[in-house]
Amino acid sequence: MAETTSGSSTDTTLGTVTDSAAANRSARDRSIAPALSFAGVSMIFPDGTHALSETSFDVYPGEFVTVVGPSGCGKSTLLRIASGLNPATSGSVTVDRSSLGYVFQDATLLQWRNVHRNVELMAELEGVPKAERRRRAAAAIELVGLSGFEGKYPKQLSGGMKMRASLARSLVLDPTVFLFDEPFGAVDEITRERLNDEVIKLFQLNGFAGLFITHSISEAVFLSTRVLVMSARPGHIVADFRVPFAYPRLPDLRFEPEFAELSGRISHELRGAHS
Amino acid sequence: MMSGATTEMGISPPETAVELVGPARPKKRGGILGKLVGPTVIFILFIILWNFMHRWGMRHIFDKPNFLLPSPMEVVKGAFTNSKARGKLLIGLKWTTLVALTGLLISIVLGISLAVIMAQAQWVERSTYPYLVALQAIPVLAIVPIIATVFGGGLNARLFVCVMISLFPIVTNTLFGLTSADAGQHDLFTLRGASRWTRLVKLQIPSALPAIFTGFRISAGLSVIGAVVGEQFFRQGSKPGIGIVMEEYRQKGIFPQTYGGLIIAASLGIAMFLLFGWLARQVTGKWYESTRKSN
Repeated sequence: MAETTSGSSTDTTLGTVTDSAAANRSARDRSIAPALSFAGVSMIFPDGTHALSETSFDVYPGEFVTVVGPSGCGKSTLLRIASGLNPATSGSVTVDRSSLGYVFQDATLLQWRNVHRNVELMAELEGVPKAERRRRAAAAIELVGLSGFEGKYPKQLSGGMKMRASLARSLVLDPTVFLFDEPFGAVDEITRERLNDEVIKLFQLNGFAGLFITHSISEAVFLSTRVLVMSARPGHIVADFRVPFAYPRLPDLRFEPEFAELSGRISHELRGAHS
Repeated sequence: MMSGATTEMGISPPETAVELVGPARPKKRGGILGKLVGPTVIFILFIILWNFMHRWGMRHIFDKPNFLLPSPMEVVKGAFTNSKARGKLLIGLKWTTLVALTGLLISIVLGISLAVIMAQAQWVERSTYPYLVALQAIPVLAIVPIIATVFGGGLNARLFVCVMISLFPIVTNTLFGLTSADAGQHDLFTLRGASRWTRLVKLQIPSALPAIFTGFRISAGLSVIGAVVGEQFFRQGSKPGIGIVMEEYRQKGIFPQTYGGLIIAASLGIAMFLLFGWLARQVTGKWYESTRKSN
């Protein structure tokens, strides 16, 4: 499979000061409403599990926010609440769900549909006319680098390709808010890095507000404009890091001292969150 | 799969059923010729065992006269090369096939509809399932008078018995299939506010197809049994199925022809079983990954 990287140039300038990308534009600009807002959200499951406690934060248009935290701290629950799959026990979430992208931990492709038909699914459920959703699906498939695989069934795809198809499926709705629930946890390191490049490319292109869940600090720093650290259960936000690197971010960014330094601080905070 | 309860009387054990549904396995050395070696060897062994039982086993193991089990050659001569007997048996085959296929079709329509209704809510399933099990447990013999009163003593009554016997695996397998879509896939539909109907048509039924076909296959074999059992009790009308023809021969003590009928009835069951296996591969073979294949 052609795992294409998104870096359009081979220039490795990191531009830690330039702020050319749309990404950082409005994080602190209060005149723009947040695309996604959690206000005092708590979650207690019927079995008594206290997953979230008084969690509040905003994700503004053009921001890419990643939440890291110990396993089982309620990170995924955040996304389920944001998307409306689970109602919060208390608190409120403000988000426009009419074009919400959501990528799950598993690709959750429908195994009886080929790639093209899988990618069409969300638009189909939304009632988008056939010709239009066909066009959008073709564009999304092209965008995630799955051209030529439209007719393949999920069982014929590698793990990375399945995740690409899953990404494309959300893209057909042209999401303004894009939720990622640890989507690349199950793929190998190299595939994960390539998929990260892909996400960055999509983020730059579409300018959605991203909320990404991961265990990997390096993935968090590489992708995001902000990294939030969550405490152990019941989860709440304990730290908020701004990531200053400009987009497009190239793979070698991971080996820059500034990158390591920020990762180190987040890691330190995360260790505190564990105790 | 939940079909275990119905298989002791079936021609087809479900373990093999699961395997055959899957996509074509990677070709082994020797191709089609290699595939035929095993079945041929087993067939030859079977014929040898049969002959042995005829010549020696019946008398020395069971202490019974050996005309009760004619030799394979006697069966072939009596039932298949003898044109009179062959004609009678083929007419029997025609009527039995008609009842089995019609009964199976009714079971399929009825079974899938029932399963779809039962899948709508836990309480519906819980409260209706016992009746389904009861239907399966009722001995046909006990309700022969009722069936005869309601459906008469001919083809319709046989159809009823056939449906009674072949319905259960279709309902249980379809029901199992309808609930087999994973939670993540359901979440996708929930995200877009999909209706119950959309969920059923675009998610539950497609993901149930492999299980539905497993049910079809088990029931295909059972429908032949149902048709033959029906013929034991309901013989009115000049529509002698294979079971009736066999019974006539048996009463006259003509055993080669009786066994010939047995072979024809079994072949019909196998043919139906293979037909549905083939259909399943046509429908789901491209995308379905059977669990047996992955190891």
